[in-house]
Amino acid sequence: MMIYLVLACTLLGIPLLAIWGSERWGAWLFIVINALTLLAILALSARVLQSGSFTAGDDQFMVDDLNMLLVLVDGVVGLGAAFYSRSYMVHEIIHWSLTPGRMRLYHAMFQTFLSTMLLALLTNNMGILWVALEGATLSTVLLVSLFHTAEGLEAAWKYFILCGVGLAMALFGTIMLYFAAQRTLGDGADALLWTHLDAIRHQLQPQIMAIAFIFILVGYGTKVGLVPLHNWLPDAHAGGPSSVSAVLSGLLLNVALYAVLRAKVLTDGALGTIFAGRLLMGFGLLSLLVASFTMLRQRDVKRLFAYSSIEHMGIATFAFGIGSPIAIFAGLLHMIGHSLTKSSVFFSVGLSVQSVGSREIQRIHGIMKINPFLGWAFMLGVLFILGMPPSSLFLSEFLIIISTLQSQPWLIPMLLLGMGVAFAAIFPRLQAMVFGSIPQNAIRTSTIGNIPAFIQLTLVVLLCVFIPLILVQWIQHAASLLQ
Amino acid sequence: MLENIHVALWGVAILKFLAALLLLLAFAMLAQRRLLTLINLLAWQGAVLAIGTGLIAFMTNQSELWFSAALTLGLKALLIPVVLRRLLRRLKVRGDVEAILNIPLTLLAGIVLVIFAFSLSQPLSNLSSTVTRGMVGIALAAVLLAFLMMITRRKAISQVVGFLAMDNGLFFTATSATLGMPMIVELGIALDALIGFVILGVFFFQMRDTFDSMDLQHLEKIREE
Repeated sequence: MMIYLVLACTLLGIPLLAIWGSERWGAWLFIVINALTLLAILALSARVLQSGSFTAGDDQFMVDDLNMLLVLVDGVVGLGAAFYSRSYMVHEIIHWSLTPGRMRLYHAMFQTFLSTMLLALLTNNMGILWVALEGATLSTVLLVSLFHTAEGLEAAWKYFILCGVGLAMALFGTIMLYFAAQRTLGDGADALLWTHLDAIRHQLQPQIMAIAFIFILVGYGTKVGLVPLHNWLPDAHAGGPSSVSAVLSGLLLNVALYAVLRAKVLTDGALGTIFAGRLLMGFGLLSLLVASFTMLRQRDVKRLFAYSSIEHMGIATFAFGIGSPIAIFAGLLHMIGHSLTKSSVFFSVGLSVQSVGSREIQRIHGIMKINPFLGWAFMLGVLFILGMPPSSLFLSEFLIIISTLQSQPWLIPMLLLGMGVAFAAIFPRLQAMVFGSIPQNAIRTSTIGNIPAFIQLTLVVLLCVFIPLILVQWIQHAASLLQ
Repeated sequence: MLENIHVALWGVAILKFLAALLLLLAFAMLAQRRLLTLINLLAWQGAVLAIGTGLIAFMTNQSELWFSAALTLGLKALLIPVVLRRLLRRLKVRGDVEAILNIPLTLLAGIVLVIFAFSLSQPLSNLSSTVTRGMVGIALAAVLLAFLMMITRRKAISQVVGFLAMDNGLFFTATSATLGMPMIVELGIALDALIGFVILGVFFFQMRDTFDSMDLQHLEKIREE
């Protein structure tokens, strides 16, 4: 029942926003819908904490500790983005003279995207997971090109084609998975249900599963932004509104990685080797290194943090590749921490760009003097994303290094190199952006828009310093599902 | 599964013929320069898919497959090509496609892809039922050929045709390897395809308003510093 409640809250929002999204209270409607969704999610997680995992609707939907964690993050970031969007879009509507029609499109598509994320996490069917992720791509294409600029259109086109091709590969992988499952589970809808597949994973044909996993990894890996499939990501983040960049980084990448992890569990069961883990380690390390070195050359602040997302997803993917209990625990913590922190960084970046009127890092300075709230939110967010304590990213990166030392010590230099270069790429620029004199024509943007960033950053600190035992056990249990 | 059912030999023969036709059409699309003919070829590919699915439905008595055959015929053979043709007229796109590679070279690359597809799907073919043996290879080849077409074309519409051809290849994989995905998944995929198509239409008009052209050269401005 609870699962239906969550999905109903978020799905019913789409038509409401399509009708009233352009009204003056449309932005409030957007916030209320996401607040209700978060409440439903909290109720659902209380139920999961009490009675453990369960399925609903003829096994079509499923919650366990793993997806519940991500659903919870989804709810928090979704509400944050909705709240932020109200303050942020006020300025953008005037700047780009957005028509009411386009505002309705914006709100409806945004809500559609949030719904597909929840559907992708809550479904038990690997086929529906694919459908939801494709839906997520489709709903964000028009968001990326919302301003009708040449840059936005190019980014949206690239996003559509590259992710479309990637998802086609993932569909091929899913078909192969079904092909493998049919031999044991027989025809029909059951053969793609993850809980059923998980029960018989040792009987799946290894050869087919290896091919299926490669296609799924390449396909969903495109959406995770793994190098060399990452080309769409910086463009899409830079081209669209910052509220959209925040959810792309905060939610989409996580959910795509979640899809890969579900497939990895099955593949590991079928093959009984470390084949899938090695692939994840390779892709993860490559993403970390390439992204951090590319960051050094960035001049656009949104592209800079888009590459930082690739870097962090690379670290998380690498951790899941190692596969020891601590590493998987750290990988999950990293996903959660990154999602909360990076979306708050994009919130602050969006407001900073508005107040300075440029995305060029060179031209952004004196944020702290323009608006101290924004300055602090920006500075803390960026420091946290760099893995400074007391951010939970510090804890997760530390644990990942520890577990690498235990199992693959020879990879430590490369891991540290990547993290170090990323630090060197962002830290000096942060000082220049936050401090210094106020640029000409700077506008003071709304202070209220910073609230979600502060709330999310507080959660990140809590995850590191006062992490409750019950949550540790929860994440540990979620990690044990991935072994 | 098919092994348990007595299947008429002529049915298998026709199915193999249709698979070959699908591959042939994929090559024809790769070699085609005119946009209008390209769309016609896409429609034919959709028709071949629908007939193939209908044939399998007839041979295995699966009512779900009949439905999916009808859906394919309506969506891929009729609706999408008709809309694409109207879009072409409304947007006044010139009829020629300029490819990046020249045609003979592209076809040679296509042959290499087909060989690759067959060798990759060898273990799969051995495991699949007698009827569909070898067809997974053809399906994968069709996917890869469509992929090649997307890479080598410049116009936005021909890239979309490549995208839809890839979708056809995937659909053929699903029917030939697994006798169709579960109904709910198939419906979801069809819904996504339809929404994606509508969004593309909107997108094309945005593109024309901004650039006055459908050439993808305008979409190569973002440079990596």
